[in-house]
Order: sequence, then structure tokens, then C-alpha cells
Amino acid sequence: MKEAGAIMIQDNKLQLFQGLFFGMIFGFLLQKGGVTRYDVIIGQLLLNDFTVLKIMLSSVITGMIGLHIMQKFGWVQLRTKAGSWGRNAVGGLIFGLGFALLGYCPGTIAGAVGNGYLDAATAGLAGILVGSGLLAALYPLLKEELFKWGSFGDMTLPQLFKVNNWSVIIPLAAALFLLMYFMEQSGI
Amino acid sequence: MDWLLEARWSPYTVGIGIGVLSCFTWLISKQPLGCSTSFARTAGMIERLFTGEKAELKPYYKEVKPVVDWQWMLVLGVIIGSLLSSLLSGAFHLQWIPSAWAVSFGSNTLIRLAAAFAGGVLLGFGSRWADGCTSGHGISGTMLLSVSSWISAICFFIGGILTAKLLFAVLA
Repeated sequence: MKEAGAIMIQDNKLQLFQGLFFGMIFGFLLQKGGVTRYDVIIGQLLLNDFTVLKIMLSSVITGMIGLHIMQKFGWVQLRTKAGSWGRNAVGGLIFGLGFALLGYCPGTIAGAVGNGYLDAATAGLAGILVGSGLLAALYPLLKEELFKWGSFGDMTLPQLFKVNNWSVIIPLAAALFLLMYFMEQSGI
Repeated sequence: MDWLLEARWSPYTVGIGIGVLSCFTWLISKQPLGCSTSFARTAGMIERLFTGEKAELKPYYKEVKPVVDWQWMLVLGVIIGSLLSSLLSGAFHLQWIPSAWAVSFGSNTLIRLAAAFAGGVLLGFGSRWADGCTSGHGISGTMLLSVSSWISAICFFIGGILTAKLLFAVLA
């Protein structure tokens, strides 16, 4: 870690450049998908416009198959996050409250800023920073009790069902694909 | 290269693109796509500006260090990528109030900003509580079949759908 004025930098220059480059592609895709717009995200939460779900499901099918094949060849070492009901379910519901009020999420708000949306660039970003700081302040109080409630550790669905990865990947990919097929058929 | 100038791509093209992008971020940078940790790091950097050492001693910032890292640059890249895409298609424009908001809640800028701020606080708080957001859990974690990410992603949408339905039914 080296000091550059008030800003500390972690990771080497190549890593930082890669992050910036991948981020530019991610932002480009999000904007082309329409999800940098409040109208599209709130349309999903009101169940009028299923763009967000279509993007997420098709990315999950693609990445799930691609990454697990790459893992099989030993090209990548995948990591998942440990969790608990207290952390993921409660935190997820609080996130949902904010998601609907703001109409952007932490990734799409960055895209919204690039798209010129000033509600995102001012109050929205400021709110996220304040909320993140608030959690950092309360962390010692939450860490030992609430965050550990209903803990299941670092677990994947195949481990939960005690089957191999592909016994989950293949049916799940088929189910998600069918869900998208029915969305298209019903015209949503 | 006309496709670069189009205003919208099919959601499936975009989704497959994000899926392929995830494979490359793991392969080349050994990192998943994610965004919300960078907001916590930035909050820590701002705290450090005011309180110096004291901020760095907070248990949370010992785990999530207030530094610029791969993901922080990714979020910066998202802003630039979206700017490029919207400039190419002519979709870029400065706007305070989204049209779907204006239709239901009127065009008072202060009211929209107050809601965006309150929503942002809950979103920032909730994403750090849940240890991830729509990208880190919703996309990256679900594709790795992580139980914590599937629970989080489902709860993001349960909370979001209920709140949006209530908000638009009661206040609009």
C-alpha cells in the first residue's frame, strides 16, 4: 500500500487499469440495456417492465455455465461469500426499501451518473455514502449478534443439497431459460 | 459499427455480455463484478479526511480498508462506460427528475432529491449489511450458486417490489 496524498491505493497499476477497463465495458452494457434509467428499474419493481430480470437471468445462465467450465479446467479459483439469515435476509430487505425509493442500485447509479442523471449524481450518491458510513459505525454492535443469527457459513447450493455442481447448474439453467421463454411468450 | 450507436440493445444481448464479462474478470483479474464495497471504502476515505487515524481504527474499516482498489476503479469505469454509450447514441442528457417519478409524484426537485437521499441511505446501509448488492450478490454470487447471494438477491426484490408497489399505490 502506498500513499498518494490523502488517497491510499491498493493493488498494482495493472490491476487498477484492468478494473477501469472492465468497468467501462460493464457501464457500456448497463447503459445499452436501459438499466441506468430510473424508469426502467422502477418499472421492474412495479412489475410493468421485466428488462432488469431478463438481463440478470441471461447473465446468470451465461456466467454460471462459463465459470464452472473454467473451474473444471482449473483456469479460475472461484470464491463465494459466507452468510447468515440475519445478514443476507434482513440486509436484503433494507436494501430493497432503498432500491425502490432511489430507483437505482450501487452499480446502476454509477451508470446513471454517466448518463447525466443529476438526482443520482447528487442526493443519491451522497445517501449511499452516508448509509455505508452508518453501517460502518454500527458494525461493532451488529457483528456479534444479528449478523450471526441463522449463520450457514460459506455454502453453495450444491453443498446444501449434497450433490455435484452440474446437478444444480443444468436444471437451474433450464428453469431460468424456461422462465425467460414464458416472459417472452406472455409479452412482458 | 452502427450497433454501437443504437439507443438500446436486447436485454439478452446485454445479459449474455455481462455473463461473458464476468468470466473475463475472474480469468484475468481474479475478481467478481461488484460495486457496493467501493462506496464503503469511499465513505471511509471521507471520514479519514475529517478524523484521520480514528477512521482507520474503526473495526469495519479494518476489514474494508478505505483504499482505491480494483473494484473502486471498476465503479469509476462504469461511469465512463455509460457516458460513452449514452454520448454515442445521443441518449446523454442532464436531468434532475426521472419521467416516471414526475408522472406520479410531480416535478418538485427537492422532493425527488429528498427521496433519492433517503433511498440512498437505506441502499448503502442495506448493501453493507447484506455484504453485497445487485451486482456482487445478484449477478456474481448467484452465478456461483452461493446460498448467501441467492437469499440476498431474492430479498432485494421482495423488499423492492413491496416498497415500490406501496409507494406508488399510496402516495402517487
